[in-house]
Amino acid sequence: MASLIIKNLRKNFGSVEVLKGIDLEAKTGEFIALVGPSGCGKSTLLAMIAGLETVSSGEIWIGDRMVNSVAPKDRDIAMVFQSYALYPTMTVRENMAFGMESRGIPKDHQVAAIARVAALLQIEPLLHRKPGQLSGGQRQRVAMGRALVRDPALFLFDEPLSNLDAKLRVDMRTEIKKLHQRVGKTTVYVTHDQIEAMTLASRIAVMHQGSVQQFADPDTIYNRPANVFVAGFMGSPAMNFITAEITDQGAGPVVSFPLADGQMARLPLHAATAERAKSRKVILGIRPEHLSRQSSMTEGRAGAATLSAPVEVVEPTGAETMAVLKFGEREIVGRFSPDEAPKTGEVMPLAVDMTRACLFDPTSERLI
Amino acid sequence: MTTASFDSEAASAKRRHFLGRTVIYTILVVFSLVYILPLFVVVFNSFRTLPEISQNGLIAFPQSFRLDSWPRAWSDYCIGGACNGMQRYFWNSVMMVVPATIISTALGAMNGYILSKWKFRGSELIFNLMLLGVFMPGQIALLPWAFLLGKLGLANSVFGLILVHCIQGISFTTLFCRNYYVSIPDDLIKAARIDGAGFWRIFYKIILPISPPILIVTVIWQFTGIWNEYLFGVVLNSGAQQPITAALVALSTNGTNVRDYDVMSAAVLIGSIPPLLVYFFGGKYFVRGLTQGAIK
Repeated sequence: MASLIIKNLRKNFGSVEVLKGIDLEAKTGEFIALVGPSGCGKSTLLAMIAGLETVSSGEIWIGDRMVNSVAPKDRDIAMVFQSYALYPTMTVRENMAFGMESRGIPKDHQVAAIARVAALLQIEPLLHRKPGQLSGGQRQRVAMGRALVRDPALFLFDEPLSNLDAKLRVDMRTEIKKLHQRVGKTTVYVTHDQIEAMTLASRIAVMHQGSVQQFADPDTIYNRPANVFVAGFMGSPAMNFITAEITDQGAGPVVSFPLADGQMARLPLHAATAERAKSRKVILGIRPEHLSRQSSMTEGRAGAATLSAPVEVVEPTGAETMAVLKFGEREIVGRFSPDEAPKTGEVMPLAVDMTRACLFDPTSERLI
Repeated sequence: MTTASFDSEAASAKRRHFLGRTVIYTILVVFSLVYILPLFVVVFNSFRTLPEISQNGLIAFPQSFRLDSWPRAWSDYCIGGACNGMQRYFWNSVMMVVPATIISTALGAMNGYILSKWKFRGSELIFNLMLLGVFMPGQIALLPWAFLLGKLGLANSVFGLILVHCIQGISFTTLFCRNYYVSIPDDLIKAARIDGAGFWRIFYKIILPISPPILIVTVIWQFTGIWNEYLFGVVLNSGAQQPITAALVALSTNGTNVRDYDVMSAAVLIGSIPPLLVYFFGGKYFVRGLTQGAIK
């Protein structure tokens, strides 16, 4: 059963179309992430689900109800805001009770609900404090507590972690994941951070310029991105794109592109993939981690292709080392384990895992 | 060597600092005296005897101390033919300023809330038109008001003045409150809407509790402004219905040749006590509220 269905949803601000026909659905208990660069329309979409923005055309269904013209308070939703939006003059307890009071829920029910959620989020010692006396992480918890306490059908998160410092953000990410596993509520989570989307969501909708580019599980989004935008947006460092040509000189199809010294790199290609390509020109997409140092280990591996490239910059991060390599005029980022990391200036023998490489059509930018 | 040169530099820096402070404080003290001196003159004169004032001049240190100017000014000095002192006019002003301040502040808060948090088509235009009232001199409205109050049957009454000051004050109170509420994050309102609160509940439970700084500013502004207002009081009302500012002027233009500076001083002070009290109790909030930016 789906607890959220969005059908051909559109939104105009004046003559500007910010959402261009969105179709999405979230099954009950699912965690959906809306991810995209700023201005892609993800926050507007969330506000429309919440009822804070009007619908220009299309339908929003929550449960078995079309809610296009239902007031926010009657949609059975709760929302966590980026700014937390805690009521500054109320204590944590009063903040959590406010929504229940507005709905006329009996006092003893309120007390029980607050006790349950406070225990779940471990915020009992904070109940008598005002938001101004809380740290960023504590405010975040209280904001989630305020949402949880009402036990709604749908949770909406609007970039809830972007006001936290880096370490706390990672901790709270795990917290949210644990919380979702325990509570099991349908959740729509807006973020511009692709790692948050990958780690939290059961399905990700990648948005760009007011439309959904791809809506799929994290694995598909990462390994089989629908187009160049999704491929470039998800993953850090980003996927490398190389304009190349498909050729076949008798020994099966290869993608070829020029290297630094005027030589051509020729990487073998799966025959089926080559057949799907409509033109001979393609965009080859290789993720940084699919480059590795050529060795006896990589030799026999299926789909492994080899070439050499000079190393321009080496950036160790501890767990792994990034290196900028020159493929002809193009800079390519590779991600290596520290023990096989190159040195600056070295001409590095590389193995490319072609089974994981993606090919895109250069005109439509879609995955081949 | 290095420490010695360092020390001498530190010492000269300290000297320069001390010199600078002295100059600053001297200037501040001089200016404070200039500002406070008129108050001293009036306070002293209210306790001096009239012969002493006429002998030693208006500005002189008191030789005598006498309290009876105050009760005379309050209850039996003759103003404009009636010998009941200032009290009647004082109460007129109180009766006028309290409701006018409360009503205009409440309306301003409500307008500010709507114009900042419940914007509608044309709300910016309405706000800009209201802003126009801030820059419009009161005397422009004098004749229309006289006409309107006559039609309403409120001519020459304290109620008429209450109405005038409520309306005249809305521009300012709306401006103050709207600018303060604009800095309150919209997410608070959205969160409250999702929490099931409506227009009024959001106003009472969320907006009003964070409003004291701006409400205090508005109240002080309106109270002192309305209390000290003279033009409407003297033109629209006459005789026993006039506020204290109009009575003070009537007192100074009394027909007799003798100028009772002692009683006049006491009367002036009686007339300025309420705004002074408001300032003493709310002054620090006034400065704080005017400079307050966003709420965290």
